[in-house]
Order: sequence, then C-alpha cells, then structure tokens
Amino acid sequence: MYLAWWMFWSFTQTFVLHRLGLSWQVALIDGIISNALLGFFCFVSIAIFYYYQPGNNNRGYRFIFALGLAIFYTIMLRFVLNYVITTGEDYPSFLLNSMPVRFIVSLLVLSFVTLLNWMWNLLKDQKEQEQRRNNAEQLVKDAELARLRQQLQPHFLFNSLNSISALAGSKPNEARKMIQQLSDFLRGTLKKDDQQSVELHEELEHLKLYLEIEKVRFGHRLEINVNFEEETLPMHIPPLLLQPIVENAIKFGLYDTIDEITISISSYIKDGLLHVQVKNPFDHETQSANRGTGFGLSSIKRRLFLLYARNDLMITEKKENQFITTLRIPQIK
Amino acid sequence: MKIIVIDDEPLARLVVLEYIQSHQGLEVVAECNDGFQGVKAIIQHKPDLIFLDIQMPKINGFEMLELVDVMPAVIFTTAFDEYAIKAFESNAIDYLLKPFSKERFDLAIEKYKTKSVNGSLAEKNVQSLLETAAKQPDDKNRIVVKNGSDIRIVPVQDVMYIEAYDDYVKLFTKDTYYLKKKTMSYYEQVLDSSKFFRTHRSYIINLQELTKIEPLEKNTYIAILKNGKKIPLSRTGYTKLKETLGV
Repeated sequence: MYLAWWMFWSFTQTFVLHRLGLSWQVALIDGIISNALLGFFCFVSIAIFYYYQPGNNNRGYRFIFALGLAIFYTIMLRFVLNYVITTGEDYPSFLLNSMPVRFIVSLLVLSFVTLLNWMWNLLKDQKEQEQRRNNAEQLVKDAELARLRQQLQPHFLFNSLNSISALAGSKPNEARKMIQQLSDFLRGTLKKDDQQSVELHEELEHLKLYLEIEKVRFGHRLEINVNFEEETLPMHIPPLLLQPIVENAIKFGLYDTIDEITISISSYIKDGLLHVQVKNPFDHETQSANRGTGFGLSSIKRRLFLLYARNDLMITEKKENQFITTLRIPQIK
Repeated sequence: MKIIVIDDEPLARLVVLEYIQSHQGLEVVAECNDGFQGVKAIIQHKPDLIFLDIQMPKINGFEMLELVDVMPAVIFTTAFDEYAIKAFESNAIDYLLKPFSKERFDLAIEKYKTKSVNGSLAEKNVQSLLETAAKQPDDKNRIVVKNGSDIRIVPVQDVMYIEAYDDYVKLFTKDTYYLKKKTMSYYEQVLDSSKFFRTHRSYIINLQELTKIEPLEKNTYIAILKNGKKIPLSRTGYTKLKETLGV
C-alpha cells in the first residue's frame, strides 16, 4: 500500500520534471531519490513521535519540528542530487531554481504526517481512557452486586442463634439439627456468591434451609406453601435473589399481624420469562406504618437492574389483604 | 416478685424461663406473644419486672410501654437493633443481647434488685428512654393509643390537632380523640415539623388541616381547621406560622 503510494508520487514527480525539460533518465532518478528521502524523513518523524509525545499544550512544537525537518531535508536533497546526477549541464541551475518548490512540498507532506500522527495518538489515548473507565465501572458494578447479595440480616442470624441456645437446654438433638441447617444456609450464601446464575432448584434448596430455620422460630404462627412448577426447576435465576424476598414477606407478614400467617411461594413460565411469586398477608390499618417497600426489595430491584438493565423485572402489588411480589427473570441462552 | 416475659418467639421466652428457675422468689406470672397481650397482662398482674423484646408484631416494645400507666422495671431483650441499643446506652437501661449467657442474665437480675432498693429510678429512665426511642428515624409515622382496653394504631396524618389536657394530651382525629400521657413538647419534638405546628402553648395543629387564619381582635388571631374548629394562635405562634407557610 505504502510502496504503491510512494511509487505513484515518484512517477508523478518524474513525469512533471520531464515536462519541465529534463531527460527521462534524470527525471526518474531525481523523482526516486527525492521521494525516497522524503519517505525516510516521514519515517524519522513518526519514529520520533512514537518515543516522544509533546503534551497537548505545546502543539506548536510539532509544527516547528516539521519545519526543521523540511529545511534539513531540502539541504540534504540538494547535495545528494548534485552528487548523484552528473549528466546534463543545466541540471544544477534547474535544481537550485526548484528548491523553494521542493521545500514547500516537503513542508506540507511532513506537516501532514505530523498532524496525522498527532490525531492517531489522540484517538489512541481516548480509547485507552475509555477502556480504563469501562474497567472501573465494571469493578464498581461487581462490588455493588456482591454487596447487595451479601445482605444477610444480622437480626435473623442472632435470633436463630438465640433459638439454638433455647433448644440446647431442653432439646439438644433439635439444637444440633438447627446448627446444621444454619451452617448449610450460611455456607450456601458464601458459596454462591461468585456465580452469575444458578438453576431454580438449587435456589429452592437454599430457600428451604432458610424456611426450616424460620419455622423453628415462628412455627406456631407461620405456614409456608411452596408450589414450583416442574418445568421451571431447570431454569436459571441469579443466586440469592429469592431468599431476601421471602425474608421480607415473612417479616411483613409476621410483624404486621398477630394472627397465623401463610406465605405462598410459586413459580411458573409466562411470556418466556421465569416468574416467581411471593405472597404475604398485610394489614391495611397498620400499613401506613410500614417502612415503604423496605430496603430488602429496593436492593433486589437494584440488582436486577445491574444484571439485566431493566427496571420492570420486579412487580409489587396489593390485593385485598395480600402483598404480592413477582419476579420476572429473563432466560439468557 | 412477679415477672412477665414478652417476646414473639416462643423459644426466646423459653431461655428466659429456664434462666429464671435458679432464682429464688422470682415468679413468672404471664408469657405474652405480642404487645397487646403484654399491656393486658401488665394491667392484670401489675408485675415488678418485665422482660421485653423490641421487634414484635403490630406494635413494638417501645410502643407497648407507652400504653402502660404504672411502669414496671424493664429489662429489654433484643437480637440486633442499632437504634434501640443507642437509646438503651444513653439512658442507662439494662438490656440483654440475644443470645445471652446465664451469667449475663444473672447480672441483669442482680442489677435490677439493687436498683429497686433505690426507689423508682427505673421508671424515670424508662420514660426518657421512650422519648429517645421515639426520636429515631422512620418512627413516629404512627401513634399507638389505648381507649379502655382497645388498642389503636393511629397514622400521624390522621391526627388533626393536639390539645394539652392536664398531665395528658388529647389527640383529635376525625371522629374522636385519644388521651395520651405525654407532654406537648414531646409531640412538638417527635412529630415532623414540616407537617405539624405548635400554634399555642396548648395546641399543635396538622398543617394539612389548616384552612385559614382570621383576626380575632387587634393583634390576636385564630387558626381555623377544615372541620371548622377554631384553634388559638399565640402572638409568636402567629409570626412563626406565617414564616412556615411563607406568607
């Protein structure tokens, strides 16, 4: 490519020189030599800028540099041509006369090369900067996701430990069983932390551990219905997404009423999306006292947004005395 | 000595019952699942000491205590509640963090015994604790009231105005009013000052209920609520109210 371009210019110059009255032979030598020399200077200029980039605030240096190179080039060209070309008596005077033109052409070419070089570097810098920014954003996003996943409620943990403490006195076997369940639950929380998505049945196993523990604490008031459709079990869901929603439902159900409550959890497919629905009772009367949708749900919404860039994947609604949270999980092939 | 244990988790009550067994002369007269039962049991049994959980259904431990007229000594039990713990610490109230050991429990009983000899220090502490607790964020969007044995949870936006009434205040809603053993300055502090305004030494109004301000005599004004009720405005109240409303 570059060679063809270079040859094109050499022959153009040869042709122009021939028209100005030089013999073909002399014109060709002149054309090749002056263009070879100019090419060499362009290369020198690029090489120098490759190792040394003046800052943006002294852009003038680049032009002065190009000017210097052009002057140097013109002087060198004069001596080389004078030395190489000996035929033709009027050639030296022709050469001398054509020097200003040659100087201006070389200045233009070298300035152009410098400019191109500068723009190319600018683009490269911008690309690198963008890359860095993207990397930084990804890091922040990952950190935020990790933090959102890890919101284990200390309240839950300490109350569970307190239940174990109670069982240890009267029912040591049950205490041991609950320690086992709590350990498995915590281990699951840690293990799944670095995964993008898990199959729904895995998430259900994890959820069951949590529900078992809550039933020990609130068994006298808490009834839980789990109804997952068979074909949804192998579908994918981000890990540790269900448990906070169920936790929220249990908390609201238990603290909003004093009666026995039933929490229903179900899954089904609709519009090609995996749907998981959690229902809990709530009380209209004390409803105003509730702390909005609660931190639990807003952090779920944030997670879904970070993962899928969509804001419509969690729906909450109130129907009669039921608070219904529906998750819609896109399946990525 | 009579004791009541109030906690919504049966196993949490079980721990307290078990630890109490080794203490001579302490008798558990009632166990309660929630604050409603708690209030009734306290009225019925007049206990010397109660163990009280904070996070409970419907009304929390603090709200329950607001409904109690004769305050027993209280030992709070909680698993994790940053605000409550801050409130306990600033009011020198004893509290047990779940799960707690037998030794820690015995220490709390010891402390209670020495304090109860010194008189009613506990009652005063509990009152100031309730004020601290009520000032915590996201609280006070509701007021728990008692009408005979009927306990109501009143959203603050339903309160139209508050009137001083001896040692009590009357909280007026659309249909009725409730008595609460609190001071005007307490409500002035805990209610959202952008929604409630103290017009007078004896009155706080819900700004949403205000419809107009009328001159009564020279330099005196009254505020008129949507239901036609006339509320006295003190001179400073009038100036401040104009500032608040930006007129």
